[in-house]
Amino acid sequence: MLDLHGYGPSILKGAVITVELALLSLLLAVVLGLIGASSKLSGNRGLYAGATAYTTLIRGVPDLVMMLLLYYGGQVLVNKLSDFLYYEFNVDWFFQFDPFISGVLTIGLIFGAYMTETFRGAFLAVDSGQIEAGKAYGFTRWHTFRRIMFPQMLRHALPGVGNNWQVLLKTTALVSIIGLTDMVRVAEQASKAEHAPFKFFVPVAVVYLLLTAGSELFIRWVNSRVSVGVVKGD
Amino acid sequence: MPDFIVQWLNTHDVFTATTMLHYWDGLVTTVQLVFLSLVIGLVLSVPLAILRTVRNPFVSGPVWLYTYMFRGTPLLIQLYIIYYGIAQIQGIQQTFWWEIFKDPFYPALLAFVLNTAAYTTEIIRGALEATPHGEVEAAKAYGMSWFMRTRRIILPSAARRALQAYSNEVIFMLHASAIASVVTIVDLTGAARDIYSRFYAPFDAFIAVALMYMALTFSIIFVFRHLEKRMLRHLKPLS
Repeated sequence: MLDLHGYGPSILKGAVITVELALLSLLLAVVLGLIGASSKLSGNRGLYAGATAYTTLIRGVPDLVMMLLLYYGGQVLVNKLSDFLYYEFNVDWFFQFDPFISGVLTIGLIFGAYMTETFRGAFLAVDSGQIEAGKAYGFTRWHTFRRIMFPQMLRHALPGVGNNWQVLLKTTALVSIIGLTDMVRVAEQASKAEHAPFKFFVPVAVVYLLLTAGSELFIRWVNSRVSVGVVKGD
Repeated sequence: MPDFIVQWLNTHDVFTATTMLHYWDGLVTTVQLVFLSLVIGLVLSVPLAILRTVRNPFVSGPVWLYTYMFRGTPLLIQLYIIYYGIAQIQGIQQTFWWEIFKDPFYPALLAFVLNTAAYTTEIIRGALEATPHGEVEAAKAYGMSWFMRTRRIILPSAARRALQAYSNEVIFMLHASAIASVVTIVDLTGAARDIYSRFYAPFDAFIAVALMYMALTFSIIFVFRHLEKRMLRHLKPLS
């Protein structure tokens, strides 16, 4: 039944690519989000302006446009850089901007902006008495961050990170447009060849539904773990 | 057109009068598509949200299933299913529906409407469920019927609470509408893709369109900020 005219295994392979893409993008987004949130809260005017420009820019531009710009534009930039290196320094270096890398970069960049806001809110939600206590114990700034702020921030950030993850997961479908053979693209090609759109798109939709429902359960479980010892309504 | 614009257009390879007109057509399509889906989606979602809050699971269950399915899968898949699927329905090509649905605009509109209605239903449901109980009781004490208290008390109060989340949904819809270009609709993104492939100028084509989307996004944010100020005036701190 899951053979799907022989397309079943390639759809499954596509699903694995989707999950890999989503996880790598999430990693990049979390890193960018932490950098962005720290910049916004650093008190340094230049860093604050930079992070604000970043989040504002991302909020204004559709993800697909960003992806097309990075995929097509990125290759042009790399080609120029490659030519420059070759003619000026005789360095033979080339880099092919494939859809997977462009996808990870774009989705990571976009959700980095959303994570910035999530983490910023979470850092602000940590009671300021905690930082004072750290200072009173003679902790350095880094120590206060690592031992006190970061672990407590995570609990406040988790619901927001979970929401971002759910949206991110669905955004990965866009990477099929720039040619990544994820499950959406396999299904599209199969349905064109077999003239049976429902047969291929519905299973893919079900896989997405399972992924989002599974993540929902997982996030709820993690949330209950990190909230152990927290009185509800506090 | 003022002379300096004409001159600038003449000196530029990519941004000529022809491509500018192409962008303009794209802008019109994008605005039409987004505006229509939002209006129809909002009209559908109010009754759906009310049904979703009904205690009887046979009434609220189907609405829950609908919103869960549409919020749990990517809009791109929904668009593909509707766009490719409609043509496959037995005998549709003989009916008048085919006159409408053979234009890719309408399948895309249908997909967007169903998607935004699902998200909006959940936003309004959240706002409805947060109605302070005292407001409902007061309405009952005045002898208002279910219909009157829903229309006069519950919905207006829920609309205020839903406004912030709904403004995010509007922006999300604008950004999501970019995928209409994959089913051959020439919206803003579609225009940019045409211009990119004609001139092989990714930066000019896509940065220009990104700026247009930004202008649209910030206009939406501006309008909603005004609306919030008006509708939430009674909550403003005194002094």
